[in-house]
Amino acid sequence: MTTAGTPMIRMAAVDKHFGDLHVLRDINLDVESGQVVVVLGPSGSGKSTLCRTINRLEPIDSGTIQVDGTDLPAEGKALAGLRADVGMVFQSFNLFAHKTILENVTLGPIKVRKDSKADAEKNGLALLERVGIANQKDKYPAQLSGGQQQRAAIARALAMKPKVMLFDEPTSALDPEMVNEVLDVMTTLAKEGMTMLVVTHEMGFARRAAHRVVFMSDGEIVEDAKPEEFFSNPTSDRAKDFLGKILSH
Amino acid sequence: MDVLVDNLDLYLSAFGQTILLFLVAAVGSLVLGTVLAALRVSPVPILRSFGSAYVTVFRNTPLTLVLFFFAFAYPRLELVDLSFFARASVGLILYTAAFVCEVVRSGINTVPVGQAEASRALGFGFGQTLTQVVLPQAVRSVVPPLTSVQIALLKNTTIASGFSVFQAGGIYAVLSEQGDNVFIGLLWVSLGFLILVAPLTLLQRRLENRWSVAR
Ligand SMILES: Nc1ncnc2c1ncn2[C@@H]1O[C@H](COP(=O)(O)OP(=O)(O)OP(=O)(O)O)[C@@H](O)[C@H]1O
Ligand SMILES: [Mg+2]
Repeated sequence: MTTAGTPMIRMAAVDKHFGDLHVLRDINLDVESGQVVVVLGPSGSGKSTLCRTINRLEPIDSGTIQVDGTDLPAEGKALAGLRADVGMVFQSFNLFAHKTILENVTLGPIKVRKDSKADAEKNGLALLERVGIANQKDKYPAQLSGGQQQRAAIARALAMKPKVMLFDEPTSALDPEMVNEVLDVMTTLAKEGMTMLVVTHEMGFARRAAHRVVFMSDGEIVEDAKPEEFFSNPTSDRAKDFLGKILSH
Repeated sequence: MDVLVDNLDLYLSAFGQTILLFLVAAVGSLVLGTVLAALRVSPVPILRSFGSAYVTVFRNTPLTLVLFFFAFAYPRLELVDLSFFARASVGLILYTAAFVCEVVRSGINTVPVGQAEASRALGFGFGQTLTQVVLPQAVRSVVPPLTSVQIALLKNTTIASGFSVFQAGGIYAVLSEQGDNVFIGLLWVSLGFLILVAPLTLLQRRLENRWSVAR
C-alpha cells in the first residue's frame, strides 16, 4: 500500500499564526508508516494546532504537509477524501449526539465510503466488540461513561479504515479510573502497527507504546527522541523544566 | 349553535381551505426556511449575504403587504398565471420562511462545533455535515419555537381572505351578509382555530419527548 521510504505524515517548514500569535514555527516532522509518535509540551505550546493541521481542520500559512505522499488538497472533495483516510480522536469525544453508538460507527462508512448498511454494521459491531462496548451499541452517547464514549469514538475513526490516526489528548477529559481502558485500546492499536500521532500527558503510554517523543514549546519542536532517551536525558532546559513539573505529581 | 348548524357547509368548506393553505405553506416554509438557514451558515460569502438579505426583507415587511403584492401587483407583472390559492400560498411561504430560517439558524448555533469538526474529520463535505449531523440536532433543539412559527402561520392564513381565497377568516363576511349573528359566528371560528392548533401542540410534545433521550 505505502511505498517504502515515503513517510505517512510529512510536515516541512510549516508556519501558522492566530492573528499575532505565532502558534507553529518552522515545523519539520516526518512520521513513518507504522510509527507511534507522542507529542508532549506545556499548555498553549501548539500541540492541538499541530495535530489539527494534519487533516486541515486548521489551515496553515506556509510550508507543506503531505499524507502518504500526497499534498493536502485545498478545501473541497479531494480534502474530504483525504480526511476519510486520517482518523481523528478528540479530547471531548464529539460522538454524534443524535445517533446511537452503532450508528455513530456506521455513518461514515455508509455515507462516505458508500459501504452497504449490512457491511457497515457487521464491521462496526466487530469494532465495538474490539473496544469492549458491543453491548452498548443501541444507546446514545450521553448514556455512556466518558471512557466508553472515547472507545466508541476510536471505533468510529477505525471504521473508516484510516491509514493514520491522530489523537488530541484522548484521556484528558476522563475520570482517572477510565483512563486506562482507553489507553489499553490505544496500546493494542499501536502494537498492531497503526501509524499514530498522539498528543497526551500520559507518560506511561509514551514509554510503553511510542517509538518517538516530540517535545513542543512555544510553537517549536524542541526535542525529537526515543522515549527512553527523552525521559532519562532531555537535552533542552525547557524539556527538563516540563518533565520536572509533570513527574513531580 | 344555530349559526354553526345552519351554516355547517360554509364552515366546513372554509376550514377545509384554511387547512389546505396551512399544510401547503407549512411544508413550503419549513423547506425554504431550512435552505435559507443553510445558506446563512455556508462558507460562500455571496450565499450568506443572500440569506441575510432575504431575512431582512421578508421579516420586516408586514404580511398584509406581501399578500397584497401577490394579490394585486403580481398579476400585472404578467409572469406565470397563478390561481389565488397558489399566490396566497407563495406569499405565506416566502414570509414564514424568513422566520423558520432564523429559528433553524439559532438551532444550528446550539450544536457544539465539535460535532461539525468530527463530521468533517470523517470525510463529510459541507452538505453532508449539515444534513447528517448539524441540522438534525439543530431542529431537535428548536421544536417549540418552530411550532410557534407554524401556529402563527396557521392564524396568518386568515389574511388570505383579502385575496378571495375563501377560508375561515372570511366566514364573518358571509354571515353578516346573511344577517346572522356575527359575534356568535366568530366565536365558532375561533373555537375552530383552537381545535386546529391542538394537533400542532400535541406533535410538538411528542417530538420533544422522543428526542429528549438523545441529548
Ligand atoms: N482558534 C484559535 N484562535 C486563536 N487562538 C487560538 C486558537 N486555537 C488555539 N489558539 C491559541 O494558540 C495557542 C496554541 O494552542 P493549542 O491549542 O495548539 O495548544 P496546546 O498545546 O494544544 O495546549 P493545551 O495543552 O492547553 O491543549 C494557544 O495560545 C491558544 O490560545
Ligand atoms: Mg490542546
